[in-house]
Formats: sequence, C-alpha cells, structure tokens
Amino acid sequence: MTSCKARAALLALAGMILPTLSQAAADDVATLRAELDALKKEYTTRVDALEQRIATLESAPVGALAQSAPAEAPPAMAMPSQSGSAPGTAFNPAMSLILAGSYTDTSQDPDTWRIGGFIPSGGEVGPGARSFNLGESEITLAANVDPYFSAQMTAALTGDDEVEVEEAFFRTLALPEGFTAKGGRFFSGFGYLNEVHAHAWDFVDQPLAYQAFFGGQFKQDGLQVKWLAPTDLFIELGAETGNGDEFPGTQRNRNGLNGATLFAHVGGDIDDATSWRAGAAYLDQHAEDRAWDTIDEFGLPLTNSFTGKSQTWVVDGVLKWTPVGDPQRRQLKVQGEYMRRRESGDLTFDTAGSNLSDGYRSTQSGWYLQGVYQFLPRWRAGLRYDALDSGTPHIALVESGELPLSAFPTLLPADPDRISIMLDWNPSEFTRLRAQYDWDNARDEDDRDRVFRLQYIYGIGAHGAHKF
Amino acid sequence: MSHFIRSALALLIFAAALPANAAIKVLATTTDWGALATELGGDQVNVYVATSALQDVHRVEAKPSLVARARSADLVVASGAELEIGWLPVLIQESGNRHIQPGSPGYFEATSVIQLLEKPEHFDRSLGDIHPQGNPHVQLDPHNIARIAKALSERLAELDSAHAQYYQQRAKDFDTRWQAAIQRWEAKGASLKGTQVVVMHRDQTYLCQWLGLQQVAAIEPKPGMPPTAGYLGQLVQQLTKAPPRVILVNAYNDPKAATWLSDRVHAPVVVLPFSVGGTPEAKDLFGLFDDTLNKLLAVLK
Repeated sequence: MTSCKARAALLALAGMILPTLSQAAADDVATLRAELDALKKEYTTRVDALEQRIATLESAPVGALAQSAPAEAPPAMAMPSQSGSAPGTAFNPAMSLILAGSYTDTSQDPDTWRIGGFIPSGGEVGPGARSFNLGESEITLAANVDPYFSAQMTAALTGDDEVEVEEAFFRTLALPEGFTAKGGRFFSGFGYLNEVHAHAWDFVDQPLAYQAFFGGQFKQDGLQVKWLAPTDLFIELGAETGNGDEFPGTQRNRNGLNGATLFAHVGGDIDDATSWRAGAAYLDQHAEDRAWDTIDEFGLPLTNSFTGKSQTWVVDGVLKWTPVGDPQRRQLKVQGEYMRRRESGDLTFDTAGSNLSDGYRSTQSGWYLQGVYQFLPRWRAGLRYDALDSGTPHIALVESGELPLSAFPTLLPADPDRISIMLDWNPSEFTRLRAQYDWDNARDEDDRDRVFRLQYIYGIGAHGAHKF
Repeated sequence: MSHFIRSALALLIFAAALPANAAIKVLATTTDWGALATELGGDQVNVYVATSALQDVHRVEAKPSLVARARSADLVVASGAELEIGWLPVLIQESGNRHIQPGSPGYFEATSVIQLLEKPEHFDRSLGDIHPQGNPHVQLDPHNIARIAKALSERLAELDSAHAQYYQQRAKDFDTRWQAAIQRWEAKGASLKGTQVVVMHRDQTYLCQWLGLQQVAAIEPKPGMPPTAGYLGQLVQQLTKAPPRVILVNAYNDPKAATWLSDRVHAPVVVLPFSVGGTPEAKDLFGLFDDTLNKLLAVLK
C-alpha cells in the first residue's frame, strides 16, 4: 500500500469511529458507573463468602478438609501461592545456571599440547591455559511448549567472552509407540559421555578419545528419532542426521541429509544394587576440505586438508553399584568407551602453497576406562586411564615418493595415553569442588605433562535431573 | 549395517504383536503408593514400584530398567512436590510414553490433594534442599492416605472406565477399613502427644503433626545436608540441657549419626519403617502404621 492510500484509509476509519464515540460517550458514562457499582457489590458478596469459607475451613479438623476439597481441584493449586507471581510470569521456563572455573598447573607449555598422530579437530581440547581460568557458564532454559512439544536451550558463555549455543532443541511429547523426535541443535545420543553436559562429568575434562575423535562432544544440527522397545529390558534405538558440520565432518554446500548416526542402547539391573547400560553406535560423516593448521618437516606453518569419508564406531558401557540404595552415600561407577574410525579420501598438502593432493587412508582407535567411587556422603574419588592408537596412515603422497613422511610430523604413528586421578567434595547437591592430577602423554613424547587442576562447579536455579 | 536394521525391524514387529494386557500397568515411585494402588486396583492393576523402602526417594537414579518400565506404564503414581525431581522427569522424558506425561490422566501426584506443611516463605538454597511447594513426605499421616486413596481411585476409574464400579467398590471398602484403623491408631497413640523427639530429616513432620509429637531438633542441619561434626557437637550441647525422649530414624537412613547422638544425650533410637517394606512388619499400609505406633510405644512406655 502506498503511504497516500494508507493515510486515506486511516482517515476513513477515524471518520467512522469518532462520531459514534462522541455520541455514545454521554450514555456510556452512566452505564459504566452502574456496571461498576454492580461489580463492586458482587465482589463484596464474593469476598464475604470466601472469608466465611476460610473461617470454616480453619476451624474444621484436618480430616474434614478432605471431604470439602474436590479431588480435581487440589487445594495447593487452587489457592494463590503466598509469594504470588506477577502477571505473565507464571509460565516462565525452568531456569538454571551453572558456574565453573579452575586453577591449572602444567609442567609443560599448554600451547604445545596436541594429540600425537591425530588430525586436530579444532575443538576445545587440552588442559587449557595455566593459572586461573573461568570455565563455561551454562544457562539452561526448558519448558513444555504445548501438549505436543517441549523445548530447551543451553547457552554457554565462555571465559573468552563468547556465547555458544550448546544445545537448542525441541522434543516431541506425544508421539505414539515409544517414539521421541528431537530437532535443532543437540548433543548426539551415541556413546555414554557424549550427551553429558560438562558440569556433570566425573573428571574436569573429557577422555582423550572424545577429544581426539570429536574435538570434545559431537553436536548435531539436525534431527533425531529414538524408539524405546516395550520390554522390561531397556532397549533404545536411535537415528540422527544433520548438516554434517561438526568434526569429523564438514558443512557441504549440498541439499538434503549430511551424515548419519545410528545408535542402540541396552540396559537393566543385575540385582537391587547393580545397574548397567551398554551401547553401540555408528557415525557416517563426510568431510570436504577439512583444513587444519600444522607444520612441515622444517617446522614452518602451513595448512593441510582432507576430503573424504569418515566412519566411526563407538562402543560404550557403564555399571553402577549402589550397595545402600543411596548414590550419595556409597556408589561405585565404572564406565568405558571404545572408538574406532576409518577415514579414506584425499589429503592435500600445503593448500596455500604447493597444494599437492593424493589418496589418504587411516584407521585409528582409542578407549578409556574409569571408575568413580563415592566412599563417604560428600566425597568421591576417581581413576581414569586413557589410550589412543593413531595407527599408520597411508599417505599416497609419501608412498609415491613425492613427499617424505617427515613432511607430516603430526601424523607420525603415535600411541598417546594418560592417567588421571580425581577427588571431589560435594557439600550439597549443588556444589562440587574437585582436584585432579593427570600424567598426560597425549603428545606421545618422552616427558609426561604433569597437570594439576582445581575446579569448582556451582548450580543455581532449577533442580537438575540427570540421565543414568 | 543391514543386519542391524533387520534386527531393529524384527524387534518392532515383535513389539506390535505382543498381546495387550488388560490390567492397568502402574509405575509407583514409592512402596507406599504401590501398596495403595494395589489396595484400590486389586487384580485390575499390575503394580511396579520404582524404589525400595530402604532408598531415599529423592536420590534415586533414572536407571535404564526404570525407563523401560515407564515406557509401558499406563499410570505413574508419584509423590510430586519435587520429591522425585532428580529422576522422574528423566524417566518420563526418556520413556517416549505420551500417556504418562504430566497433565495427562496417566500421571498422578499424591501431594496434589494434600495441603502441604512447611511450605517455605523464602526460596533460598542456603536453607538446604527445600521443596518450594512444601514438605512432600506426606504418607505418615493416615488422613492424607485417605484423601489420596479417594483421588487415586477416581483416577483409576477414569483410566479404566469399564471397571469404574469395581474401583468404587474397592475404594469404599478400603475407606471403611482405613477409617476404623485410624480410630484405633489415634486411640493407641493418644499417650504419645507432646513427646519430644529428634528427627533425622524433616520427613517425619506429618507423623509428628498427626500424633502431636514435638520435633525439638533435626540431625540434618538443613534438608538434604548430611550433618557435620561441628553441628553434631552443637546438637549434643543443646540436647544435653533438654534431652529428648527419643531419636527417630527412618529405615532408609544411615543410623550412624543418630546412634552417636543417642549415646551422648541418653535418648533411645527408634528405627521406624517410614514406608511400606521399611521393616518386616510393615507389609502393607495398615502394617506401616501398626508398626510405627508399636515401635514408638515400645520405647516410650
């Protein structure tokens, strides 16, 4: 509509309304006054009636309340809460904020930290900077949208003043036959630790396998469908797809589904005190010009890249033993995961310079096993062992003699490992203070990096609920 | 991979072919609600209880076995008021079962028909792990059980209208027996009125209110916080001046702190069942109250 037409239309509208208003005004004042009086009267009678009811209720014995309170309108809900809520705030989502931070002491320069033999993921890996560090502050908002969907978002504010959307997804509430669908951005459902938020980890950091294979946690920007079998044995099957833009894949300028994840979990109880869950997963990803900064045989910086298929298998298992039925009094939790990845495609050497490209194939694996023991109501101790095997990659540029193997110093075969011990103190459900010591040989060099960290985790707001 | 998909398909078909069970599958979060559902539903319900009486229901984990039970449940009977907040929402969410989502007929909270005590005026966790809606441990006042029974029976009739009359009949029968039992218990427990007791956690509040017991101290300094040595020292000082008649401990509690205190303030410890199954005598809801009163009267005579 042009502005001229709009003005004409407005004028016409005003012309229709205004006369009616002025005409009605005089009569209306009188009617309104009468209505108000009527309302006032009605409310006075209602308030009187209510006061009388309250008086009867208060004087009645407790048992009599039951008969007068209808089951469908519980008294706790029908009566306005004492604190009351301002209009429009009753539907606020559940909110929680997690604050974390650490003090780090490393024997080697953290800037030189890398995982020997593995192509860097570009993720947030390694022990982090020395001295005091502000960790991620996680804000989570969650609520049901309507009877059909719920929604949840977790944003992480990093110590470097960045905001990161960790998860932001909807989830179905009303699909039949044990199906649940989830869409948006979410931590992929494979493995055991992948879905667990940082504040609920049993150690300060992720196992090396997660750091090497997924650069931390694998997030999916896409869709997930899960199905739970109607059996007493827990059997869960899930499938996911997305835009493929997460290490080891890359975003491809391509329509449709990019990458697929399939996973299955099985679980149950061995006896009253012992529960378990085990799982297997397969991730099929594709990388296109997945570049990483590295060095050549002379130590000069350059960028290499990979294009091809990336297939990962993950096997996970967890066992919890809770002898007195209260996990906060005594519990032993043992968990382990094994990952194996095959990548095949083309490797490009020095994309900005000589730009040589030829075939590449690798099979790499890694695993960890950890145990955490809650030995006293506030105290837990943990031990973790990490190991990786980079295998020997087939680099056609090297095999054809075009380049020496030393041109890829970061891809030389390596078997990094690490031992970590942990002690944490939990004065309440909402506070965790932790100390961790690592003998870290991720670099696979002669000297182990000795890493000591102190960490705090505080949770405020809504009471958290965690998966098994 | 194709093998994986084939097994998944086989499972699906197997699941669809399972015969429909006529009985209502009830998933109760505590043994008390399990016992109540059995009283009211008789052979028309199939009850699975998620916890044992020796567990702290606030600190249960969302075990895979429980998620699997939630998947096929027709009705979840929970305490509510955030007692199960650490695990029940996860069970319901992971179950993929639309019939038990909060707000649907398949989700029942016992506390929804009870006027809760100790509703905090200030929500501040420096006061401990408080429950904003009030104290959710409502089962130890038999009048509460009567109220919950009425509402739960109505819910069963709503879910399974074909047997509505059956549930009404059972509810009526239960109520008659229950009201008679309440009279018996109240007569028996009249002598307990005014007895000074030390409790473990504030989960005996409803029992104390019903019997007129006077809570003079709690071993947990604040709800959900285990006692520290310093706090216990203070308690000894306070209680030596005015010794309580008895220290009440629930079957699921770690009795260590209570026993330690008992030796110092010369008050006996009584281990109460707290929930159905907490003691061998507390076989059902009637046994729960019989045994609770017997245990109290045995030391206070």
